Amino acid sequence: MTDKPLPDFDGCGTSGADENIRPAFLLVYLLLGVAFGVVLTRSEVLSWFRIQEMFYFQSFRMYGIIGSAVATAAVSIALIKAVALKSADGKPIVIPRKTLGSGISYAAGGTIFGLGWALTGACPGPLFALIGNGVTVMIVAAVSALAGTWVYGWLRPNLPH
Amino acid sequence: MTSWFYREWPWYVAGPLIGLFVPALLLAGNKVFGISGNLRHLCSAVLPSRLEFFQYDWKSKGLWNLVFLAGVLIGGFLGSHFGAPYAINISPATVAALNHSGIHDFSGVAPHELFTWHALLTLRGFISIVVGGLLVGFGTQYAGGCTSGHAISGLANFELPSLIAVFGFFAGGLAATYFILPFVIGRI
Repeated sequence: MTDKPLPDFDGCGTSGADENIRPAFLLVYLLLGVAFGVVLTRSEVLSWFRIQEMFYFQSFRMYGIIGSAVATAAVSIALIKAVALKSADGKPIVIPRKTLGSGISYAAGGTIFGLGWALTGACPGPLFALIGNGVTVMIVAAVSALAGTWVYGWLRPNLPH
Repeated sequence: MTSWFYREWPWYVAGPLIGLFVPALLLAGNKVFGISGNLRHLCSAVLPSRLEFFQYDWKSKGLWNLVFLAGVLIGGFLGSHFGAPYAINISPATVAALNHSGIHDFSGVAPHELFTWHALLTLRGFISIVVGGLLVGFGTQYAGGCTSGHAISGLANFELPSLIAVFGFFAGGLAATYFILPFVIGRI
């Protein structure tokens, strides 16, 4: 173990701990997930072919989707901050800032993920949506991604962050 | 319903819809939209380990996200079942490039030459599925996020770390597309 504490994993979906999450809220997250799975499928962003087309710069489609998704999210966040909206549980909405550190973890980790993104043609969300789509061999890719996660956890103390 | 509903949704419908998951999750319970944290939660829940990275209360931190992920799986099933099946309508230039690399079946969401149980036993299928999956898992955890957490949530909140990560995503993706995939698919 290292002397100085490693930055907390502050990426995808770890913020906002709930000690006792209410079942009604879990149902909301389930339904939102279902909606997201449908959108991933009908937008075709889960398709290996679409990912190839994007990396070959032969269609505007994926860039249009990612660009308009970021723009929509950015405007939404700005609006939420501007009117100081509260979440359904009555707490003020806070988005924790990511810690930069040396930046190496973002550059190196991002590049490694990018290699896998092009090879599998799927990022983690689409990986699971593809299993739902009937590409059942993606179960193996998901288990392999869990193995990769475990390897990261094992090597983490020795990696530059 | 309009006809596009049963085919691929246009980018200007799909993109904003994806973006709306960010405010939806913030409003539902102060949750930051992201998927790859689930890989960590699953490891923490399923694989008993003394590793520090997996020593946390996955239920309070990640149960909501695991439930969301279960929904994604169900949504993937539902989404693929309305309307008649159709081939992904990619650009003719990409079809030509992939033909050149040895991909000829364009009937599914992913090429049958690489992503079937039978293909798993071939070297190119193994590299695409197993090696690719391993890199996705390791890379997302090292980078602290994936396309959802960094490219969507992070960029929308003007996070510099996310911008660095997204540059990395494309650097890796382009390298694999131009230098690794043609070799993996075409020559093995």
